[in-house]
Amino acid sequence: MSQAAHTEHHTSLGVDSRKLGMWILIASECLLFASLIVTYLIYSRKGLSGPHPQEILNIPVTTISTFVLLMSSFSIVLALAAIQRGDRKGFEKWILTTALGGLTFLGFQVFEFTEFVQHGLGLTTNVFGSSFFLLTGTHGTHVAVGVLWLLALYFTSRNGGLVKDAALKVDTMALYWHFVDVIWIVIFTVVYLFVYV
Amino acid sequence: MTEAVLHPPHPQTGLWSWLTTVDHKRIGLLYGWSAFLFMLVGGLEALAMRTQLIVPNNTFLQADTFNAMFTLHGTTMIFLFVMPMNAAFFNFIVPLQIGARDVAFPRLNAFSYWIFLAGGLLLNSSFVVGALPAVGWFAYANLTSNAYSGLGTEFWVLGVQLLGLASLVAAINFIATIFNMRAPGMTPMRMPLFTWITLITNFLLLLALPVITVALVQVMFDRHFGTSFFDPNGGGSVMLWQHLFWVFGHPEVYILILPPMGMVSEILPTMSRKPLFGFSSMVYASAAIGFLGFTVWAHHMFTTGLGTWTTALFSGATMLIAIPTGVKIFNWIFTIVGGRFRINTASMFAVGFLALFTIGGLSGIMHASPPIDGHHQDSYFVVAHFHYVLFGGSVFGIFGGLYYWFPKVFGRMLSERIGRVHFWLVFVGMNLTFFPMHFLGVDGMPRRIYTYPTGMGWDTWNFWITIGAYLTGIGILAFMYNVWSSLRSGEKAPADPWDGRTLEWSIASPPPVYNFAKLPQVEARDDFWHKKYETKTFRPEPEHADVHVPNPSPWPLATGVGVGLMASGLVVSYVHMAAGMAVIAIGVAIVLLGAFFWSFEPFEM
Repeated sequence: MSQAAHTEHHTSLGVDSRKLGMWILIASECLLFASLIVTYLIYSRKGLSGPHPQEILNIPVTTISTFVLLMSSFSIVLALAAIQRGDRKGFEKWILTTALGGLTFLGFQVFEFTEFVQHGLGLTTNVFGSSFFLLTGTHGTHVAVGVLWLLALYFTSRNGGLVKDAALKVDTMALYWHFVDVIWIVIFTVVYLFVYV
Repeated sequence: MTEAVLHPPHPQTGLWSWLTTVDHKRIGLLYGWSAFLFMLVGGLEALAMRTQLIVPNNTFLQADTFNAMFTLHGTTMIFLFVMPMNAAFFNFIVPLQIGARDVAFPRLNAFSYWIFLAGGLLLNSSFVVGALPAVGWFAYANLTSNAYSGLGTEFWVLGVQLLGLASLVAAINFIATIFNMRAPGMTPMRMPLFTWITLITNFLLLLALPVITVALVQVMFDRHFGTSFFDPNGGGSVMLWQHLFWVFGHPEVYILILPPMGMVSEILPTMSRKPLFGFSSMVYASAAIGFLGFTVWAHHMFTTGLGTWTTALFSGATMLIAIPTGVKIFNWIFTIVGGRFRINTASMFAVGFLALFTIGGLSGIMHASPPIDGHHQDSYFVVAHFHYVLFGGSVFGIFGGLYYWFPKVFGRMLSERIGRVHFWLVFVGMNLTFFPMHFLGVDGMPRRIYTYPTGMGWDTWNFWITIGAYLTGIGILAFMYNVWSSLRSGEKAPADPWDGRTLEWSIASPPPVYNFAKLPQVEARDDFWHKKYETKTFRPEPEHADVHVPNPSPWPLATGVGVGLMASGLVVSYVHMAAGMAVIAIGVAIVLLGAFFWSFEPFEM
C-alpha cells in the first residue's frame, strides 16, 4: 500500500474527508440557525410597536422566491450528475443555472427588505424586525457565499481547471447548497406560515 | 514494506517555518506555549484580586479595576488557558494515538491557531488601550448595553467571538480526523480513551459554540446598531441572554473538564500497569455526560424566577449527571486497585485530580438542589465549587498530562525532584485558597465584591486564602523552572519511558516529522502493549524514513490575520466609525485573497 500522497486516500469511514467535513459543518450550522429561529419565535409577536408579522409579510411573493431556491437544488443535482459522467458542458450549464437561481432568490430578498423598510419595518424598529432581519439576513449571507462558490466552480471549469476530484468537490458544494435550501424551508414555515398558527 | 518517496525536506527552523507550519505537532506546541503564557496573565489577575481582598477595606485596587480583574481572570483562564491547553494535547497526541500522520485538514488546523491567537491578543489589547471589560466572564445583559458599559465590553464581545470561531473550526478538524484517519484495524472501541474524549469534547464544541456566536452577534447589534435583543426598553429580554449564554456555557464546562479526564484515563492505567477498568462504560459515561450537559443549562438560573416545573426538571437533569460521573470515578479507582501503582509526579497529579474533582462535584451536587442553591447563588460557595472542579479537576489533570507526555513531546524527562515540589506547593496552595471559600459562602460573603467591611467574620479566611494563592503562584514558578531546566539539561527520554500502552509510545521521542514510517496495523485496544507483551510482534521503527509530509502554507496565517482585522475593526468602529470600517474592509479583502490562494494552492496530504 503506497504511503505516498495521491488523490484516493484510504479513509476509515470510506467517505472523503472534505465531504465528511461539510457534514460536520452542517451540524454546527443547524445549531446556529436553531438559535436564530428560537430568538425569532420568542420575539416575532412581541414588538412594542408595529409593524407586526401579519401586517407586513407577503406570502405570495416569498412563495415565488422559495420555489426558485428549491428548483436550484434540483439544478445542482443535474450539475452533479453531469460532472459524474464527465459531461463538462452539461455541468457548466447546470451549475450556472443554480447560481442564477441563488441570485434570483437574493434579488427577491433585497426587494422584500427594501419594501419592509419603506413600510416602516427596519432592523431597529422593534424586536420582530430585529430578529426577522438577523435570521433571514444570516440565511441570505449563506446563500450569497454559496453563489460565490458556485460561480467559482463554474469559472474554474470554464478555464479547464476542474479536473482533480471534480465530482467530489461538486458533491461537497451541493451538500452545502441543499442544506441552505432545507434551512430556508424551515425559516419559511416558521416566519411566513406560522403567521396563521 | 515501506515505500519511500524522496522529497526535499522543508526548513524546520526559523520564524517563517513556524508561521507557515501545518504540522499538528508544531501547532500543538504553539497552542501549549500560548496557553501557558496566558495562564500566567490570568494568574496575575487572580493575584491582583487576592491582594485586594487580603484585608478588609483595602485600597490596592479600585472597584472598577477589580471588576475588570474578575472578568479577565475568568475569560482568560477558560478561553486562553484551559481550552487551548486541551487543544495542544488534542493536536499533538491524538493523531499519534490513532496511527495517523496528521489531522484531516492541516491548513485549517493552523488557521484555528492563528484565530485563537488573534482573539487572545484582541482581548488583552484592552490593557494597552486602557479600556478593560468589566462585565464578568458571562457578560449578563443588560450590563453589556451601551447604557452601562463602554469600549471595554467590545474587547470581550469580539475577543470571545474570535476564540469561539477558533475552537469551532478546530472541532470540525478533530471530528473528521478521528472518524476518518484511524490506522487500519483501529475500530472505535480500540481507540484510546483520550481520543474518545477528544471526539466527544469536540462534538460539544461543535454544537455549543454556534449558540454563543448568535448571542454575541445579538449583543453586538444592540451596542452598534441599536437593536433591542436584550433591552427591555425596546421589547427585548435580558433572560434571553442568560438562556443563550448558558446553553453554551454549561457544555463549555464539560469541554473544560472532559479532556483532563481523558488525560487521567491514560495516566492511571499506564502507572498502574493495568488496563483502564471498565473501558466501555467509560466511553458511554463520557458520551452521556456530553449529551446530558446540553440539558441542564438553567441550573445557572435557579434564582431568576423560571417557574416551579422548569426549575424542578433542570434540577433533576443536573442530579442525573452525577451518575455517569460516579461511574467514571469508580472506574479510575478500580484501575488503581489491584495494579502495581507507580508514584511519580504524573500519577500524583492524576490521584490529586480524583480527590479534588470529587470534592468539587460534591459541592456541585449540593447546588443542584434549588432551595439550597438559593443560598449558594452569588456567594463564595460557588467560587469554591468551580475552582475545585476547574483547578483541582482540569488544571491538575493538565499538569498530570504535561508530566506524562512531556518526554514524548520534547525528548526529555521533567525532573521528578522539582516535580514533587511543584505538586505539593500547588496542592497545599490550592486547598488553602479554595477550601475556606466554602466557609465564606456559608457565612454570607458575596461573589465579585471588591472589598468587605471588618467584623463580618470573613477577615481571617480571606487572609489565609490570599496566602494560599501566593503559595500556588510559587508552585507555578517551580513548574516553570522544571520546564526550563529540563529542556536545557533534563534526562533524555526514550521512546517509551513509562512502559506505555498506546501508539504514541511506539515511536521516537520527539516523534519524526512524519510520525510513523509505517502506519501500524492495529489488532487490539492498547495495541502497543498488545504487541509488546501479547503477540510480541513490536519492532521499533527505523531511525529515518523518507515520507511525504504536507508542505507548509502561509495562507492560514494570512486569512487568520484578515479575520483578526475584521474583529478589531468592529471594536474600532465603536469609537470611530470611519476608521473602523476601513479596518474591516482591509480585513475582508485579506480574508478573500487568503481564501482564494488557499483554495488554489497545490496541497497534498
